[in-house]
Amino acid sequence: MNLLHDIAQLIVASAGHAAEGVEAAASHGGGHEGPVQMLPQLRSLLWLIPALPAFGFVINALFGVRIQRSLGKKVNSGLAIGAMLGAWLIAVYCAVDMIGQPVEHRLLSQTLWNLLDTGNGFKLDLAFALDPLSMMMVLIITTIGTLIHVYSVGYMADDPSYWRFFAYLNLFVFAMLLLVMGDNFGVMFFGWEGVGLASYLLISFWYTDVEKAKAGMKAFVVNRVGDFGFIVGLFILFWALSGTWGQVPGAHPTIVFHELRDQFVFGGVGEAMAGLRIWGMPLLMAVCLGFFVGATGKSAQLPLYVWLPDAMAGPTPVSALIHAATMVTAGVYMIGRLNFLFALSPEAMTVVAVVAAATALFAATIGFVQNDIKKVLAYSTVSQLGFMFIGVGVGAYWTGIYHLLTHAFFKATLFLGSGAVIYGCHHEQDMRKMGGLKKILPITEKTYLYACICITAAPVFFLGNGFFSKDEILWNAFRAGGNLLIPGWIIWATGWIAAAGTAFYMWRSYYMTFTGEYRGDTGHGGHGHGHDDHAAPANGAVTHSVGAAHAATFAQDVQASAKAALDLHDAHGHDAHGHGKADDAADAHAHHGGPPMDAPKSMTYVLAALSVGSFATIALGFWAPLGHLLHIEALTEPVLERWLAPVLPGAMTTAARQATPGSAWEWTLIAASVVVALGGWFIARTFYKDAKSTVPATLLAKFPGLHKVVYNKYYVDEIYQATVIRFCLAMADAYSWFDKTVIDGIVHLVAWIGRTLASIDGAIDKYVVDGAVNLVGNGIIAQGRAMRRLQTGRIETYLYGLLVGLLAFIGWSWLAGGL
Amino acid sequence: MQIGLIHYLAVAAILFSLGMFCVITRKNAIGILMGVELILNGANVNFVAFNHYLGGVLSGQIFAAFVIVLAAAEAAVGLAIILGIYQNMRTIDASEADTLRD
Amino acid sequence: MKRFDFASWRALGALAALAALLIPGLALAEEGWETNSAGMAGAVAFWALAGLSVVSAAGVAFSRNILYSSFSLLGTFLGVAGLYVFLSADFLAVAQVLIYVGGVLVLILFAVMLTSRIGDVRISNEAVGVFPATLATVVTTGLMLFIAWMTPWRTGAQPLSHQPTAAALGELFLTRYLLPFEIASVVLLATLVGAVVVARKEIKPE
Repeated sequence: MNLLHDIAQLIVASAGHAAEGVEAAASHGGGHEGPVQMLPQLRSLLWLIPALPAFGFVINALFGVRIQRSLGKKVNSGLAIGAMLGAWLIAVYCAVDMIGQPVEHRLLSQTLWNLLDTGNGFKLDLAFALDPLSMMMVLIITTIGTLIHVYSVGYMADDPSYWRFFAYLNLFVFAMLLLVMGDNFGVMFFGWEGVGLASYLLISFWYTDVEKAKAGMKAFVVNRVGDFGFIVGLFILFWALSGTWGQVPGAHPTIVFHELRDQFVFGGVGEAMAGLRIWGMPLLMAVCLGFFVGATGKSAQLPLYVWLPDAMAGPTPVSALIHAATMVTAGVYMIGRLNFLFALSPEAMTVVAVVAAATALFAATIGFVQNDIKKVLAYSTVSQLGFMFIGVGVGAYWTGIYHLLTHAFFKATLFLGSGAVIYGCHHEQDMRKMGGLKKILPITEKTYLYACICITAAPVFFLGNGFFSKDEILWNAFRAGGNLLIPGWIIWATGWIAAAGTAFYMWRSYYMTFTGEYRGDTGHGGHGHGHDDHAAPANGAVTHSVGAAHAATFAQDVQASAKAALDLHDAHGHDAHGHGKADDAADAHAHHGGPPMDAPKSMTYVLAALSVGSFATIALGFWAPLGHLLHIEALTEPVLERWLAPVLPGAMTTAARQATPGSAWEWTLIAASVVVALGGWFIARTFYKDAKSTVPATLLAKFPGLHKVVYNKYYVDEIYQATVIRFCLAMADAYSWFDKTVIDGIVHLVAWIGRTLASIDGAIDKYVVDGAVNLVGNGIIAQGRAMRRLQTGRIETYLYGLLVGLLAFIGWSWLAGGL
Repeated sequence: MQIGLIHYLAVAAILFSLGMFCVITRKNAIGILMGVELILNGANVNFVAFNHYLGGVLSGQIFAAFVIVLAAAEAAVGLAIILGIYQNMRTIDASEADTLRD
Repeated sequence: MKRFDFASWRALGALAALAALLIPGLALAEEGWETNSAGMAGAVAFWALAGLSVVSAAGVAFSRNILYSSFSLLGTFLGVAGLYVFLSADFLAVAQVLIYVGGVLVLILFAVMLTSRIGDVRISNEAVGVFPATLATVVTTGLMLFIAWMTPWRTGAQPLSHQPTAAALGELFLTRYLLPFEIASVVLLATLVGAVVVARKEIKPE
């Protein structure tokens, strides 16, 4: 509960200091709040924040196996958690330090050493910096990271590769901290790639299962596409900057974020670059779109979202940490970090907002019909990321970041809750086989319920943090007018519908999982044990047929049961590791089947802590409309907005805000949001509570085609398969043919020419050159034989020689008239 | 007769020549080494005598001291080598230790 | 055995002669030191010491027994040390005795004892090619004596006075000749290591 205390302290203190800072800035800045030029404060502790997890990773990676074998698993996880706890403590210390600083000093930095120096003033350092934005990210990462480490102790307890899991987790945290703490593009990019690597390693953690290994590969390849966009944007930016630096007085080459920001905002570089064009479009648009492609890859937006649902193949704590709370928000963070670039390109902002809104709606609809609880949450994550991008896309960066924060808490709760459910149901993930778990997993149920309230803002909207962040996003989208090329209400409307969808699918998952009767197999039925045969590979054929029959029993829809069987198979691939060696079926039976059970305390306590954290974050964004209504000045600007204001110079200006509709509109929109959320909740409750309603089945029977399309995720994967991948394969075949016929032909021709020349040359070499060489060699040998006589090895011979030489010398001197 | 520089030079020359004779005629490696010591002593007498009669700072004596040091080192290494040869070949006849020549 | 007797008696006689030369030589040297080697005593001492050196050197060169050669070397070293005293090199004289007699000669004796099989001791030092060697020796000696005689040595300067030289030498070693001094110490270290490495018995792997 230390955490709570710290957060409370942070809120109180930051509110106070931010107010002072704003006043100070206003007094010499000319009337209104705004970005200030930040002065870096040197701190020598910063490197420890990423270094501790890195240290934990190295220890577990190098000695993990031996530690696990000789000292026990507790030491492995203890090391990892200790590293995380240390990083968290230092982060909190830095946060307190930062809160104590005036606004223009809230930039703690540390340069470790120089990585690259081109000699003309351009330097790439290994440098870390904490400004209010990255400070917040670091707190999220270390707090949630630590909690999820603790959770993993229970979740992964049976896994033989326990040490590997914790090593990877620490590696991920290290890379993520590099990403957010990097003071320049270089370090950030290193972290950007590092989290991709950690994500790949953790998705395919159970790599003996081909499907899971494939999922990891898919995530990696899709991310590469995004990273390519990122690099292209980066290079265009550098290219343009290198031309600009010389022209703008006082601007020096740099890739340090805060220096670039100052150059753009105060130094005139922004104006100089705004007029540049490349490939027929504004240059900054190309740069921003490149970065946005990178963000869509990392943060799973259209069209590169496809890897995220498959990434659920990884262990559930990984899904919670990487694929919900931290890594997937890297794109949002990156756009927030580069807001000074995006603010200069309305075209790019429009693209971001439109893509984001489309993603939010698109993913929400897929979530309607998924039956795998983790898949529902995965599509929910994609959808919520869409909301965040709406926030940053319409220029209200702080709302996107705020949603990032709230989402990190409630989505981590949801994922970890689903993990507890999966654990309790013996690694069952299909919601159709759950139900009634309220009684068995009480704490999990309560936290899941609260997280649902958070994400959907229904039925009691003011209790959930998601309501406040989402509402701010939608309101800012509505009034974004001047920042975008299209009317803001289009974005708002799309997001509004998506919010309704969110309410429906989240409550659907809740009611299907926790209410009604338990529909799963209690371990005594004869049909539910196809997966036990993992222990006896000889029965592989039986596995599938039994599994298929089993799934068909529960298939409420007309869906081909083979798919369900495959899901089932996936869900149990994990267990094959834990029990692959179990010879007697009884043992496997006890583990796989049986009635559902409660999760261990280390898991449920983490859930509770995260829920409390969720609730606490409400205070950070508490609610401007109420301030306006009650005329409380302190409330009209949320704490987080004030906190982030110094680093977000590209945010919607006060002037732009005042040109937008007034608070009557705001109240209307809030009412609309609440109504639509309640509607979604109500429908879900009617359809799925206690599994009594027949409406879903009826609807299903009426629109089987539509269901099939949505259930199969609009066939996007298949479309990719048929287009992009087939195209790539066709290209590969074409290149292969080209290689085999043309290139090989040329190579063979060259080789033939070479061989002919070589044989001519060889003849010359053999008869002419060798002849000469041998002649010389033989001559020297003969000479050596003759000279060898002189070299007797007898000292007296040499002494006589010496004497004769001496005599000759003296005689010569004598004759020459010496002596 | 007044003893002068020339006398010392004569003694040194004789020592030197006897040392050389020793080196030339001995087959025994230790004998050769002793001859070398004689040669060095002859040279040393020269150094010190010149230093005494021609004046100046004590450079001659310094050089003699260095020669003594190097002679000691040479004796140590030389004798070690001789012992090594003896261990390997059971002889210390310098003319027989000619494996490298063949 | 006959040869043994002859050789051994001859060598013993030579040693006795050496002793006879050394004792009065050293005794007179003491006096010559006092009189700055000017007087009669100085001359006698010089001749005695020079004779000791040369006769012992001849013993080294001509003895057929390696053991006797080694002992003759002792006479040479002592004689040369005495000469050093005359040449106002007191420190060198002591160093000569300590290093040559105490160190080198003992080493040589050890080497002799370790290498000669006991039965071979008597005929261990045979000479080869004596005739050309003698010729070369005579020529060299003559040549050097000739040069020493003919050269107009710059002897006008006052010979060094007889004063203790250790302090002056020490100062020179640590100032003007510091570098050679340090290098000499490195050489000695290398010698130490090298001698141990070369002379030790091969340790056979188990």
